[in-house]
Amino acid sequence: MKQIAILSGKGGTGKTIVSASFATLAQKKVMADCDVDAANLYLLLHPEIQESHKFSGGKKARLITEKCTLCGECVDTCRFSAISEKEDGEIIIDPISCEGCGICSHICPVEAIEMENSISGEWFVSRTKYGPFVHARLGIGEENSGKLVTEVRKKAKEIAEKNNLDFVFIDGPPGIGCPVIASLSGTDLVLVVTEPTLSGIHDMERVIQMAHHFKTQTACCINKYDINLKNSAQIETWCKKNRVPLLGKIPFDDDVTKSIVQGIPLTEYTNNSTSKEIKNMWQKLRNLFAREEI
Amino acid sequence: MIISVASGKGGTGKTTVAVNLALSLIDSHSVQFLDCDVEEPNAHFFLNIHTLQSKPVFLPVPEIIEGKCTYCGKCAEVCAYNAIAVLKDNVLVFPELCHGCGGCTLLCPEQAIKEKGQKIGVIEYSSENNLQFIHGKLDIGQAMSPPIIREVKKHINAAQTIIIDVPPGTSCPVIEAVKGSDVSLLVTEPTPFGLNDLRLAVETLRILKIPFGVVVNRADIGDRQVQNYCLKENIPVLMTIPMDKNIAVAYSEGKTIIETQPSYKQKFLELFKKLKKLKK
Repeated sequence: MKQIAILSGKGGTGKTIVSASFATLAQKKVMADCDVDAANLYLLLHPEIQESHKFSGGKKARLITEKCTLCGECVDTCRFSAISEKEDGEIIIDPISCEGCGICSHICPVEAIEMENSISGEWFVSRTKYGPFVHARLGIGEENSGKLVTEVRKKAKEIAEKNNLDFVFIDGPPGIGCPVIASLSGTDLVLVVTEPTLSGIHDMERVIQMAHHFKTQTACCINKYDINLKNSAQIETWCKKNRVPLLGKIPFDDDVTKSIVQGIPLTEYTNNSTSKEIKNMWQKLRNLFAREEI
Repeated sequence: MIISVASGKGGTGKTTVAVNLALSLIDSHSVQFLDCDVEEPNAHFFLNIHTLQSKPVFLPVPEIIEGKCTYCGKCAEVCAYNAIAVLKDNVLVFPELCHGCGGCTLLCPEQAIKEKGQKIGVIEYSSENNLQFIHGKLDIGQAMSPPIIREVKKHINAAQTIIIDVPPGTSCPVIEAVKGSDVSLLVTEPTPFGLNDLRLAVETLRILKIPFGVVVNRADIGDRQVQNYCLKENIPVLMTIPMDKNIAVAYSEGKTIIETQPSYKQKFLELFKKLKKLKK
């Protein structure tokens, strides 16, 4: 079983389009949407939810006002500026700023602060016409998206192992921080979807460097490559120099937007040249695995 | 006035809107531009920032003072992030999990913990004419972007017009970046993906009680659902930018819209006027 994370650094380069297309192309696989902040893959896979689970990522401080003597010690101790004192001396805890460290509850001389479990999201196991799908929804403004990603990946891996599946596809979040690290740790390959813009190139380099930092192999593809051929050539050179296989160059294509509006993975929506390029990419990826290069 | 430019979904045009707004304003305003997308900062490409000064950002992480530690296990017990493990005669610290709350140091009964700075990234800044630019950059392999965003925002000078470029998503880095804004701009695109993530961003701003308006980018692609949603929810659409391959190509080269189509400057100035009216 191989785990493949689809990342990009920069947002909006086409991770989800590629992920959904792979869902239609690979045979024995499970899909995992690890962009738990702003999950989109479900809009193309149309899951039928089989199981849903509450996710508690951490705790939040709650003030027991009857006990509070307004000493203000918690205000000074909190490093996240989550506790403040109003003009009349009343103590307020802002649950959105609270990172759940709990020092306030430890140092409060009258035990007027309690740490409560916060339900910070939900994750689901679903059935789709393309196979099993694990996805999630993080509560607004919540911490611990990395932990929720880990939860989703654990379940996806379990499904793959139990059913003897060949692939786990992980549609990852943008960036290079906590949920991205959680999305790529322990995967067999990171496929980076980039675009030939200065931002796209800069962000691709950072996410690939990060994958290499964690000793994960990478491959790359360029979306909308024909927007700027000079930049696309630059990406190709960079990939060659850094020994990152370039799996494909997807053209700019209005059909991509149309397929999203219809809610259909591109490779199923059309068999045009864009769709064929993604199919080619999948073939090349399979060959990489078959030759045991990954 | 503090204006944050956010979106939920990545790649909708946050940076494009933020930099064009900033560059439209610098003739008449003193502008501070904060790029808070510290995982993947890009605004500097478009603002022609050349000479950046840099300073490191450190997160205070625990260091055990050998000899004083009695391996009682209190620090591991109070750490909410599992960043410390106490063995029989050894203490393991995992700085990448530490949030820098300082709990272990404060609560160690033997005062056997001191804090040392773990470098997690840098702040870079420059000041030219009417534009003061500051961005943060998370070191590769580091997980925690909020402390860097906090560091960037410490530079806010309320006397100026402040524009904040926010990272995508809706979780902690986004909250950290938009918190304290007078008004927010949500940049979206009229597709089911754009709509889905716009709804999440709207929920976020409503929780934070920040007034906001929407910019629809590539307004003529996709469908009408985003516009219908805004109408139904009474959300003002402050500006629309059509799909224009010239804009996309210019973007790919690090060029702004107003550079390639100067008539847009007026539109961004109008956008600014509308934002001022939205401010509570």
